[in-house]
Amino acid sequence: MARRLLPGYGLSLGYTLAWLGLIVLLPLAALLWKATGIGMHGLLALLASPRTLAALKLSFGGALVAALVNAAVGLLVAWVLVRYRFPGRRLFDALIDLPFALPTAVAGIALTALYAPNGWLGRWLAPLGIQVAYTPLGVLVAMAFVGFPFVVRTLQPVLASLDRGVEEAAHSLGARPAQTFVRVILPVLAPALLTGFALALARAVGEYGSVIFIAGNIPLRSEIAPLLIVQKLEQFDYAGAAAVGIAMLVFSLLLLVLIGLLQRWSGRWAERAA
Amino acid sequence: MNAVALPRALARRRPLVPALLIALALGWLAAFLLLPLAAVFVEALRAGVQAYLASIGKPDALAAVRLTLLVAAIAVPLNLVFGVAAAWLMARFEFRGKALLGALIDLPFSVSPVVSGLVYVLLFGAQGWFGPWLVAHGVTVIFAVPGLVLATIFITVPFVARELIPLMQAQGSEEEEAARVLGATGAQMFFRVTLPNIRWALLYGVLLCNARAMGEFGAVSVVSGHIRGLTTTMPLEVEMLYNEYDYVGAFAVASLLALLALLTLAVKTLLEWRYGDALATHAPGGH
Repeated sequence: MARRLLPGYGLSLGYTLAWLGLIVLLPLAALLWKATGIGMHGLLALLASPRTLAALKLSFGGALVAALVNAAVGLLVAWVLVRYRFPGRRLFDALIDLPFALPTAVAGIALTALYAPNGWLGRWLAPLGIQVAYTPLGVLVAMAFVGFPFVVRTLQPVLASLDRGVEEAAHSLGARPAQTFVRVILPVLAPALLTGFALALARAVGEYGSVIFIAGNIPLRSEIAPLLIVQKLEQFDYAGAAAVGIAMLVFSLLLLVLIGLLQRWSGRWAERAA
Repeated sequence: MNAVALPRALARRRPLVPALLIALALGWLAAFLLLPLAAVFVEALRAGVQAYLASIGKPDALAAVRLTLLVAAIAVPLNLVFGVAAAWLMARFEFRGKALLGALIDLPFSVSPVVSGLVYVLLFGAQGWFGPWLVAHGVTVIFAVPGLVLATIFITVPFVARELIPLMQAQGSEEEEAARVLGATGAQMFFRVTLPNIRWALLYGVLLCNARAMGEFGAVSVVSGHIRGLTTTMPLEVEMLYNEYDYVGAFAVASLLALLALLTLAVKTLLEWRYGDALATHAPGGH
């Protein structure tokens, strides 16, 4: 019915498929083609060098830790922004998206300036024996920065739509605030929290611009996987670059499927709550 | 029950806890978000206003600004048209494979920027699929402006579509169907009914798309070749200056990008406050 009444089905379908095909699918096919040319054995051999394994481990492990930090802090910030009223609240709320809006290269050199041993923050951390810039810790800081908005922004609408009556019921039944939070509020927030966590993770795994300045890029120590791709390309090692690229792409796709499932789950929660 | 229980519950809660939580959250935001932003401007002005202005006025910096504007001026309108077409398709028609197509539209958000650049090198680079053909015909894509534009388009494909699809789904198609029944042509329906209904969300999407297009680093870094004055956009110029230890120069160019980010945030917030109803509820996506 709708298809017959509204125009432009064929046009919009053709245009969308053609654009996605040319811009997204064709280039990705080139990567897959390159990877199949190398073969499974060849890919594993290319990935098996200690330096590549260390870089993949740092990108995935670092992103995991950064996403966990963002889940905890994001929950706190979302809670404060939704539940409490204080001067400057809307300004801080607008500020949350800064990591989305600030180009990654700018974030990268700014974080380096802050955390370098003689930087604003680095000079206070150095006497404590904490070095952030040019260490894996610096990689974490940059990854946490770029992934920060995801958890806050997925939690805010869910928190705002929570039925306060349930909390009051828990309270009047004798639950302490901490019990109410863990037993009543957290289960409802869980799907959104997980979605935000997965989005922050996906973003941090592939992050390049904000990390490379603060990381110091020491092989086997603070070198991330995307940087390895760049370096291999600079040495015209296309097979090696494609191998790391395909490993990251496969992970991204798996995470995308997971995020889709999580969003469907949280959608069901929202329906049940409504 | 609410009228009685709520004040009592609030009174019993220690006021210390909210104050502590607020202090913690704001402290984190200030140290983690505000401080880096402040650092950009302080470092840019470290050697004084004159050195700052001199850095921005350098021919290479100006060339980078021009190139950034050029790349965005090509990539953003193309993805605007795509976004409207894709949203019309996704929000107004049912067809097989729709969920898959939706995932495909969002795919560039999930791909590492460096991988986005890599795939174009494998496609158009000297060793790539079309490499020999391009060389034979004297066309350079990689290490040239076309490569920068293509990588930027790839990265920014989802932005406009992602804003429009949930909004148009929520709005439904009754008004458009009514226009058709009353005899409007497809074009009349689109320009008089559809476009006015989605204009603020469209502007919102274009704003985010533009911010990303101008600020993209990883993808363009791979395809650029870093030829100064020719293939360095502003973020790449920041990197090159920084690696040459010209910190004032790097932060000066970076400050322009930071101003763009602040402007984007300001307009975005304004749109949310003023036209929140005309925007989709925001499921955050990668930006």
